[in-house]
Amino acid sequence: MRKYYLLLLFMSIYSCTVFGNNHSKKNDPNLPQANAGLQLPAGFTAIKVAEGVGRARHIAISPQGTIFYKSSRLVNGKGIFQLIDKNGDGIADSVFGFGNYIGTGIAIKNGYLYASSDEEVFRYKLDAKGNVINPSQPEKIITGLINRHQHESKSITLDDAGNLYVNIGAYSNSCQVNDRTLHSPGRKPCPVLDSAGGIWQFKADKLNQTYGNGIHYAMGLRNVVGLDWNNQTNTLFVMQHGRDQLHDNWPEYFDEKSSAELPAECMYELHKGDNCGWPYIYYDPMQHKKMIAPEFGGDGKKSTTDYNNPVIAFPAHLAPNALMFYTGNQFPEKYKNGAFIAFHGSWNRAPLPQQGYYVVFVPFKNGKPTGKWEIFANGFSGKEVIESTRQADHRPCGLAQAPDGSLYVTDDVKGTIYKISYKK
Amino acid sequence: MIKKVVTGVYILAMAIMVSSFHQNQISASIARGKQVYNKVCLSCHMIDGGGVPNINPPLAQSSYVLGDKKRIIAIVLNGMTDRIAIDDEYYSNNMAPHSDLTDEEIANVLTYVRNSFGNKASAVTAAEVKVVRSMKK
Repeated sequence: MRKYYLLLLFMSIYSCTVFGNNHSKKNDPNLPQANAGLQLPAGFTAIKVAEGVGRARHIAISPQGTIFYKSSRLVNGKGIFQLIDKNGDGIADSVFGFGNYIGTGIAIKNGYLYASSDEEVFRYKLDAKGNVINPSQPEKIITGLINRHQHESKSITLDDAGNLYVNIGAYSNSCQVNDRTLHSPGRKPCPVLDSAGGIWQFKADKLNQTYGNGIHYAMGLRNVVGLDWNNQTNTLFVMQHGRDQLHDNWPEYFDEKSSAELPAECMYELHKGDNCGWPYIYYDPMQHKKMIAPEFGGDGKKSTTDYNNPVIAFPAHLAPNALMFYTGNQFPEKYKNGAFIAFHGSWNRAPLPQQGYYVVFVPFKNGKPTGKWEIFANGFSGKEVIESTRQADHRPCGLAQAPDGSLYVTDDVKGTIYKISYKK
Repeated sequence: MIKKVVTGVYILAMAIMVSSFHQNQISASIARGKQVYNKVCLSCHMIDGGGVPNINPPLAQSSYVLGDKKRIIAIVLNGMTDRIAIDDEYYSNNMAPHSDLTDEEIANVLTYVRNSFGNKASAVTAAEVKVVRSMKK
């Protein structure tokens, strides 16, 4: 009799547990959503290959398929991570950390993994399987780059001629005497530009290079986080983060709405010696003109023909954090050699809603953007309207193409890594 | 006896009046402070006081906002360009000085910020702002 009761007790506990599980699953808002919660064009699917892996900034994938990302926060003292997938189901089951520095930039070229801190660039030799041979002893390629805590990330890319390009962001919004201050005038010539606010070119295989060893490749770029080498044109393309606070600092020329829509986030094709005009100008996407910045005598109406023109312009303040030319064969033909851009999403559009937590696609033909850009992957923020940047659940930050032609996207809010694939 | 009761009631009534006058004053300060906030602070610190991750610090549940009044008054007056950890996070943007605001406006906006976004802390007075302003380097 006693045994019978015990059995009954166990059975009821068991059934409660099973029922309880089913019940909680039904009401669980964290149940897997279709396409990892993203909206994609027809035929595309998305999965999360990793979640909660820290502040994943840029990402690089080797020809063998090993996946590395750079973190802007140390996790257990490490700042570079390799996704580990032991059972081969395409979902990471752990990460392998190395590199004791935070940062954003990461790239793979000719059997080396390159990674940047906010002051230096290192490289690690990869073995035939695409794994790092000596994770604790990298070669220091570049050192002594300026880091004054504004626009401090050092994004990197490499060409096919043995050169590495690094962005050194301007430690200023618009080179005012007092940064981000009402009616503070601009400094001309802007002293930031000698060591920041541009792209520098270094040798990919020479140790301990600094400013004196590099070439000041392009100037007048406020802050570039997304950049990529285009193998069709054999040129460097960059996405600039445009200036902020036109209304806050110059309310007599710009109301809140125009300040939310100005200036454009611009894509530039760069050649050695180019000048894109920061801080003296900004680009107005409505007038399609380079405007004199109010710190330098502008009033929202005076334009100039000096400096580089963007090859395409995007809405203001969306914060383009990654640029990647698609060279794979998996996606439909129209994507080939076009550009994907990961927009991190805005903060400087208030009191208007914040925007741009998405990945866009820009079709290219003969090395030039054709027609209009389109939103490729949306829904990262998880909300219909974002009034405050912190409300965004995920923010796209890095892009990489896998050997099979699928596209990986990092999120540096919750550390989610998405894989986007196409099937006919 | 009656005299005592009358005096007691009188004192109580006065206390309630003074306290409600004080409350009304704080409410008025919060309302005026919100106008200053929307004009001067909102574009960086956001409508919900949430700030911008890694760029502009949040004001909601911030130890800098809820802590020593002198410190937060000084930040409004002098701005902030130091790279320091605020509640274990670093923020990259420089904050401009706002010494052009009056003592009253700074008191109001800080009273608003210290009593909004889930914050609950004592009011800041113009006299307190004046003291910090006079110490300004």
